[in-house]
Amino acid sequence: MIEGIPIQHFLIVSTLMFFIGVAGFIMRRNLITILMAIELILNSVNINFVIFNRYLYPDQLQGHFFAIFVVGIAAAEASVAIALIINIYRKLKNIDVENVNELRY
Amino acid sequence: MSFNVVMFYVFSAIILIFSLLTITSRRILRAAVYLLFVLIATAGIYFLLEYQFMAAVQLTLYAGGIVVLIIFSILLTHHISHLFEKPELTKLLMGSGVAVVGSFVTIYTILTYPFPEIVTTTPLPATMENIGTQLLGVEKNGYVLPFELISILLLAAMIGAIVIAKKDKSKNSEI
Repeated sequence: MIEGIPIQHFLIVSTLMFFIGVAGFIMRRNLITILMAIELILNSVNINFVIFNRYLYPDQLQGHFFAIFVVGIAAAEASVAIALIINIYRKLKNIDVENVNELRY
Repeated sequence: MSFNVVMFYVFSAIILIFSLLTITSRRILRAAVYLLFVLIATAGIYFLLEYQFMAAVQLTLYAGGIVVLIIFSILLTHHISHLFEKPELTKLLMGSGVAVVGSFVTIYTILTYPFPEIVTTTPLPATMENIGTQLLGVEKNGYVLPFELISILLLAAMIGAIVIAKKDKSKNSEI
């Protein structure tokens, strides 16, 4: 626990980061920027896990492990998403979300 | 005001400013670099909280791995001087409206919730010894089952990514 900083300040920072990510997810049309917005969202959730662990339950490490597992799942998700994006680019020559439905059967 | 407090506000300012720049920048490579700054500042916050292992994981996996992966995919799919057109007005209003309303509701809830002021339990330091014994433990506070599960998930994701991104040689070999 950091002396002099209440838990609410951390939570406000991560909340603002989460909703900036949501806004980017809605506004952008490019698949890679949407992926970056998802990374922002996952990162803010990670901060929340670690903060709750540190401030409210410092005798355990549960939030810490959840954050580590979230990082692992984010890495797996990013690799699969980028493989899909490269495949879409090969077929359509651009990666806007409006065109992706052309991939269906 | 101690040095830790100052560093916390510096990292928070970096996180908020560069997250905004990430979603508003019109050049995609710059957006990726701004995302890198956000992730590094998050690692700084983990260092402030004395979770050194978490900060190291953040730096190596996020800042070192995912951002490099994103930058490679940008270089594969975009022209380097490509400039996005501005988003449509309806999407802009919808996105910022959702963000403003949602953050107001959430911040109001955070500020009114009675968090316990003083936690009396003795803190468990996040040393490598504690992390290792809990991550591979099977008794109480052991995490060996999700550990094995995530290793299988990573293997499946790796195989899936290779199969998806592989070129289909049998049909259209002219690309």
